[in-house]
Amino acid sequence: MFPELISARDLQRPIDAFVNGLVMEYSDVLRALTQPLLDLLIWADNLLRQSPWWAIILVVMGVAWVASRKLRFSVAMGALLGALGAIGLWEASMQTLSLMLVAVAFSVLLGIPVGIAMASFRWVRSAMLPVLDVMQTMPSFVYLIPVVMLFNLGKLAALFATVIYAVPPVIRLTDLGIRLVDPEVLEASRAFGASRTRQLFGVQLPLALPNIMAGINQTTMMALAMVVIASMIGVRGLGYEVLQGINRLQVGRGLLAGLGIVVLAIIFDRITQKFGQRQQMRGA
Amino acid sequence: MDKIEVRNIYKIFGPHPQRWLSAAREGMSKEELLERSGHTLGLRDISLSIAAGGIHVIMGLSGSGKSTLIRHFNRLIDPSAGQILVDGVDVMGLKPRELETFRQQKMSMVFQRFGLLPHRTVLDNAAYGLAVQGMRRAERNQRAMHWLEQVGLSGFEAQYPHQLSGGMQQRVGLARALATDAEILLMDEAFSALDPLIRHEMQDQLLALQARLNKTIVFITHDLDEALRLGNRIAILKDGELIQDGTPEDILLSPANDYIESFLQDVNRGKVLNASHAVGERPLTLTMRTYPAHALERLAARGYDYAAVLDGKRLAGVLMRDDAQRAVNEGARDISRFLTDMASVPASEGLDQVLARLLRTPAPLAVTDDQGEFLGVLSRSKVVELVTTRPNGENGADASGAAPIPAEAASTHAQGQAESRTGQAA
Repeated sequence: MFPELISARDLQRPIDAFVNGLVMEYSDVLRALTQPLLDLLIWADNLLRQSPWWAIILVVMGVAWVASRKLRFSVAMGALLGALGAIGLWEASMQTLSLMLVAVAFSVLLGIPVGIAMASFRWVRSAMLPVLDVMQTMPSFVYLIPVVMLFNLGKLAALFATVIYAVPPVIRLTDLGIRLVDPEVLEASRAFGASRTRQLFGVQLPLALPNIMAGINQTTMMALAMVVIASMIGVRGLGYEVLQGINRLQVGRGLLAGLGIVVLAIIFDRITQKFGQRQQMRGA
Repeated sequence: MDKIEVRNIYKIFGPHPQRWLSAAREGMSKEELLERSGHTLGLRDISLSIAAGGIHVIMGLSGSGKSTLIRHFNRLIDPSAGQILVDGVDVMGLKPRELETFRQQKMSMVFQRFGLLPHRTVLDNAAYGLAVQGMRRAERNQRAMHWLEQVGLSGFEAQYPHQLSGGMQQRVGLARALATDAEILLMDEAFSALDPLIRHEMQDQLLALQARLNKTIVFITHDLDEALRLGNRIAILKDGELIQDGTPEDILLSPANDYIESFLQDVNRGKVLNASHAVGERPLTLTMRTYPAHALERLAARGYDYAAVLDGKRLAGVLMRDDAQRAVNEGARDISRFLTDMASVPASEGLDQVLARLLRTPAPLAVTDDQGEFLGVLSRSKVVELVTTRPNGENGADASGAAPIPAEAASTHAQGQAESRTGQAA
């Protein structure tokens, strides 16, 4: 038996007190501050659910076409999405999709600048690496509890949890991609007198793009994986269907919803991969 | 005036270069510094002047610091100590923004592995320097097209770099460097990644361009043949130290130490040296209007058997002693009717070719320049000496470690005697 040097209770109590204090003092302020985010989430949700189904399918096909320039590919993507509707999961899919899109957008907006900072400054890198490790390995329920306490059950808490869980890959791969840029190309840019900004946007980011796209792809996949957990804090969607299936021992319902998540994942994965591949082809 | 001048440059790589600077100044060896401090000595006390309008080659093996040195000129690397002057301006004193402008306008650079932007077209790459300068797209594309044409790449402008062969990619790099119209061109092992045939072609192209553009070119290479072919001057680095800086002939004829000499071992001297290096001391020239008696008298006075005769600056022929005697006997007014034709070789002809000619005929050979002007008479002994002997070999006493002048003097002296012998043979 390991001797009890510090009582666990003594360690836990201040943390509990801190979170409780935070909830008591600041939850109103925080909610007011994050209201625009919530509005955005609700707007995205309404947009996807109220648009006619064929319009959504057309948009997805359009994006697939832009990514691949292949007709067969974009028709296949449209058909997959149509199949989701055909097995009665349209509504749930759109709810999941809207949360995911917003979460991925936030992850990218947050992740790319952080990745750039990590690649540019050594101290940012050494500070961020352990933080990323924590984000990736800490069980999500651990931060789900305080997030729910602060923001209530619902979309907003789900968004935060998803972003925390999904942002590390895009950060890591942005950092890696920039550091892997051929030093001679960067040196050439410097030798011709390019400013720091020009080096970043003209050389480093474009050359790191295949890696960044791989990061966005991973981020998307992880965001999707998070939707089942998000359903536990009251977000409707495919994850909720799975949860209902479990709760009521309806294997078929759970399986179909699970397959729905897989189908969404495949659509996202293939489209983002095609984007990355086309970048790579031009850059090879 | 010197275009680039570096004075007492030191470069120490590592976390605390300043701490070990004085040790390096006092002559601590590279190995000792590495062992005691973990710092690498990049450059030690380099002072070098690079004249405008020439190709200055900086040569050395890998790790000799040549790429480090060239990056000091545009401050891609900052020195640990020392001064860098470009057109008299201290580059170290430039603020970041000024440095950007300086790089945009004063210097451009060509890289060993090309350094092209893979996601941009050939045209965009060639126009890169101009884009950085802020030139409008239409104008910079027009200029870039012009330079792509100059390097023989018209028709490829819409391609991406990876679609081109190595030689073509480097031409894009060259066009990019030339497009900015900078007076100074830094070339870092620019042709080293190319196969020998293409490399030779690129060297020719560079020389042809240089003949028209008259840039100041600093060319880095590890290949002595390339250095001798391109350089007006060659600086040789070893372990971060400048060992010798001189003309190709200086290097070849009086290497500063054994290290350089070992380099020279495999050089085909007959190819590198040309007829102009073997021109003898100008013995005696006459003109068409010289009185025969006067000519005979001068030949006799110098003990020569023949003399070159000039018509203006051109070579008209050679006057043999017998013919001069005949002219006197016939009472001719001048020597113009008594000349014998004299074969000539252009000054740029390689000594290996010259040697072949000398073996075919015992007659004297004149050396003429591109315009056909007479430069002098070829010295047989000098040809043989240049092609065969190592300067530190049998003539070692004269040349080893010494400045080129005494060596030259020694060989002219020898040649004087040889010349008259040749004359007698004819």
